Parts: sequence; structure tokens; C-alpha cells
Amino acid sequence: MNTQSTTRAGSPNPAGLPGAGIDLRAKVRPTEMVIKAGLAGSALLSVAITIGIVIALVEPVISFFGQVEFGEFFATTGDFAVIPLVSATLMVTVIALLVAVPLGLGAAMYLSEYASARTRRALKPTVELLAGVPSVVYGFFALAFVTPTLLQDILSIGVGFTNALAAGLVLGVMIVPTVASLSEDALSAVPQAMRDGSLAMGANRMQTTLRVVLPAAISGVAAAVVLGMSRAIGETMIVALAAGAQKNLSLDPREGMQTMTGFIAQTAAGENPVGSVSYNMLFAVGLLLFLITFVINLISISIVRRYRQAY
Amino acid sequence: MNSSTLVAERDDTTPAIATGKSRDREPMSLVFLGALWFSLFFGVVVLIVLILDTAVSGAGRFDSDLITRYDSTLFPERTGFRAGILGTVWLMVTTALLAVPLGIAAALYLEEFADKTKWYNRFIEVNLQNLAAVPSVVYGLLAVAVLALIGFQRTGIVLGGAIALSLLILPVIIITTREAVRAVPNEIRFGSLALGATMWQTTWKQTLPSAIPGIATGTILGLSRAIGEAAPLLLLGIAGAVRFDPDGVTSPVTALPIQIYSLTSQSQEAYQQAASAAIIVLLVMVLALNALAIFIRNKFQRRW
Repeated sequence: MNTQSTTRAGSPNPAGLPGAGIDLRAKVRPTEMVIKAGLAGSALLSVAITIGIVIALVEPVISFFGQVEFGEFFATTGDFAVIPLVSATLMVTVIALLVAVPLGLGAAMYLSEYASARTRRALKPTVELLAGVPSVVYGFFALAFVTPTLLQDILSIGVGFTNALAAGLVLGVMIVPTVASLSEDALSAVPQAMRDGSLAMGANRMQTTLRVVLPAAISGVAAAVVLGMSRAIGETMIVALAAGAQKNLSLDPREGMQTMTGFIAQTAAGENPVGSVSYNMLFAVGLLLFLITFVINLISISIVRRYRQAY
Repeated sequence: MNSSTLVAERDDTTPAIATGKSRDREPMSLVFLGALWFSLFFGVVVLIVLILDTAVSGAGRFDSDLITRYDSTLFPERTGFRAGILGTVWLMVTTALLAVPLGIAAALYLEEFADKTKWYNRFIEVNLQNLAAVPSVVYGLLAVAVLALIGFQRTGIVLGGAIALSLLILPVIIITTREAVRAVPNEIRFGSLALGATMWQTTWKQTLPSAIPGIATGTILGLSRAIGEAAPLLLLGIAGAVRFDPDGVTSPVTALPIQIYSLTSQSQEAYQQAASAAIIVLLVMVLALNALAIFIRNKFQRRW
């Protein structure tokens, strides 16, 4: 919607027509200029926030690498090693995606291809409610129900008190709405003519959904999965409560392991004087986390852009 | 809104073209449909289990102590969440006062005034989309730096938490406000401009009032996200053990999610029970905000 053109009243007026002599240029209005500048300033604040994040993180990180060697940070063992945190984050994220992608995509396919408009209006807010539950509540649920009751008693899996499995499963449920909502947008954007063509060839709804609509919307679905992944990496309270508080390079999801966000939350809850090594390490891990999610988000945004141009 | 009208159109045409309908009853198709139903209702089942399990384990603590008393180490079975509930209310109000005007102003600029062909406006857009997906802990780290910048040494105060939470929900408010403003038909703007109103008069007196229900819905949903956030508050050093009511924006504060988090690390049964009961209180607050948002959307949203 470009309302700009309407404000420029001074568009060239063909000579000879009535009114050709009148100056139609918009009046300069100082108050309007001030208001517009104020609004633009608010919009620029978002850029300032990004710059602020980078500055706020980089400053302590510089002093951190003055205190700790670069190799000590990107090491697999030791007090300042970050690799075990990254591997635990990956482990939890993969488990979460294994839960969230099939469930989110299934929900999206039902809402977009099978549900009537009325059913959709009723079911969509219900699915989105899952994203509204506070993450500390999910964390408590993972700790108090999923680990002892579901995993240990019902499924009799030998998991520890805190473990990557329970945290990943619950995290997966939490990001189902993210994946479902964006995938549904992508599926709904596929032109109806493609479905009609497929149905006219004698395909049933399942074949149409899986072989025509899904491939046509695949880039939008990919963007949804990537954004879900970014959510999973950045989610804090579930992993802080249920994934564990010990660095662990193990690939066994039944063990407890500390993730990047878990490390930040657990270290921040303790006493860390400003400028100390552990305080600065908080920011080093935070910067790494920001950079990882930043790159993933940019990938997601660029995928969405490309698919929007397709139809 | 666009998508719902699309669906309505699609439904009208479906009966006529559904030649494959008889083949929808093949075993494979039914299994597939069953799987879709499963994925749709799995989340709902989890939510019900979560609420039931928490309500059962917190059942013994639904008494007046829960909301009128402070956190207690002497009597775990009488510990209460007065400070957390009041703190959460203070944080929410301060957050709304900070984030809502800024968010609406930014959204109005981007929708109504910005020239979208200019690179810097496109840059702001990509930046906003990215900020909406930045992990909440990172906003906590930023708020620590902002507070240090404006000269507050103690960070566990109402203002600190509110700054972190408003940074967190600002992108959400901007994005939903833009959608609401975009849904206002151009005829309303053109009519106003044609009568001689300036751009700002049109925006302030025509576009914005028409978009209020959408903006309110988005803002409340943003706040319902902020109310349950614990991670950024944790970074600001907002602790669970505060035993007085907050009395201003520089007063030390605690929040309900933080109290729940600190109680889960206690091993005593009474604290676990109290945490369960507090979770139900928090869920009631979140669900009430969500219900309010849905109510406003259904009651006041205009469809053009």
C-alpha cells in the first residue's frame, strides 16, 4: 500500500486544462514534519536495539578474551569450554524438531487442506494456545511429569533426573505452533487451481496434499522449520530446569547436559561480580547464541522472501 | 483476514470439483487423515495433561495464603506468592507503558509514511523480523547493559525488568500493529485526504481508530508472552525471595515465573506443591489475557 503518491499533490498538471495556473504542491507543514520525524525515530529504535545488543555483548566479550585464551573457549573440556554447551544445544534442538516438524506439519496440512473455514477458526487458536504457555511451566512439567512418570515409569527408559530427552520432547511441543502456523500460511498460499488440476486428474485429497500442495509450498515450510529451530535454540527455561546443569559432551539423550541457554540462566542466577571471568563468559556464550540464531533467522527470512515471489 | 476469505471461496467451489472424493476412503488416505488428526490434537492432550497434573499436585495449596502471604522459609507449607503476583502486575503495567506507544509509533511510520522502495526502510523491516526471533536471554543481557548506561547499579528493580520485557515484546507489537493498520482499506485514507486532511490528521483521526481492535489484540498477546518470561528477568538478578510489595519503578521486585523457578530447585515436598499451585495462578493470568484478546478480536474487529 503506497499512500506516498497521494500526498504529493503537485503532480504535473497538463497545461491548458482548467486550473493549470494554480500551485498544487503540498504545503510545508512543520508540525507534520516533527511528527513524522518522531515516528521515524521510533522505527529507528529497532535498529538501535540491534546495535545495542551487539555493543552490549561485544564489550564484555573483549575483556573475556583478555582473561581467557581463544583456544580455551572453543575447547571440549575445561572451565571455559563452550563446545559441550553447543553440542547439548544441538542435541536438544534435534529432539525438539523430531517432535515439532511432523506434528506441526500434520496440523498445518489438516487446517489448510481438510478443515472447513469454521473448523479452522475454532482449531487454530487452540493450537496457538500451546505457544502461550509460559516456558517455566513447560520446564516444571518436564521435570515433574515427563521425566519421572512418562519416561521412567510408563516407558521405563533409564533417564537421569535431568536429561536431554525430556527437555527436547517438551520443547518440541512448545514450538509446534510456530511450525504449524507458518507452514499453514505457506500451504494456504498455494493457488487453488493446482489443487483443482490434481483432483481433476483423479487424485484424492491425500495425494493432492502430499504430491501437489506440499511440494509447491516446500520453501515456506522450510522457513517455518528453520524459524522453529531458532526458537528451540534460544529457549531457556525448559532446558535450564530439565536438561541439566553439568557440561556433558555425551551424545546419549538419556543423560543430563547443560545447553548454551541453560548455562546462561544458571550462571546468571548465581553471584557473578561485574567484570569477573564468569560474568564475562556469560556474555561470550550470549554473543555466540545471538550470532547462531541471527544467521538462522536471516536464512528463514530469505527463504520466505523467495517463496513469496513465486505466486 | 485475507486468508479466511480465500478459504471461504475455496469451500464454495470444493463440492463441484471434488472428483477424487470417493477415493478419500482408501485405507491409506484414512490412515493419513488419522495421522493429521493425531498431530492436531496431540498438543491439546499435552496441555490437558499438564494442567491436570499440575492442578492435582498443587491441589492442597489453593488457599488464601497462596496469594496473600509472602515467600516463607520458616513455614514452607504456608509460603505465598503475594510479592510475585504484585511484582508481575507492576512489571506488566510498566512494560505496557514503555512498549505500546513506541511500538505503535514505529508501526505507523513503517506502514503509512515510509517509502518502501528505499533501502533503509527495507533494512528496518528485515531487522524487525530478526529481532522478533532473538532469544529472550539475549534481551536480558541487553537490559543489563542499558541499566548500567543510565546509571542503575541495582538491576533487580521494576524498571530493569520492564526494559527487558519491553525490548522483548516491541517487535511483536510493531508487527501486529502493522498488520492491523494494513487491513484498513485505502478508501478511508483517500476519502480523508480528499477532504483536505493532512497525512498526519488522516493517520491520527481515521486510520489509527479503525485499527484499534487489531492493535489491542496484538498488544495483549504480546503482554501475555511477557508475563510468563523468566529468562531475561533472571539475568537482571531479579530473585525469588522478595518479601515486600513494590512501591515504585525503582523498587526491587520479583515475578511469579521467577518464584516458580526458584522453588523448583528446592527439594521439600511443600515447596513443590506451592510451585504447582503458583503455576495454576500464572496459567490463569495468561489464559485470561489470551481470552481477552480473542474476545476483543471477535467483538470489535471490523472486516472490510
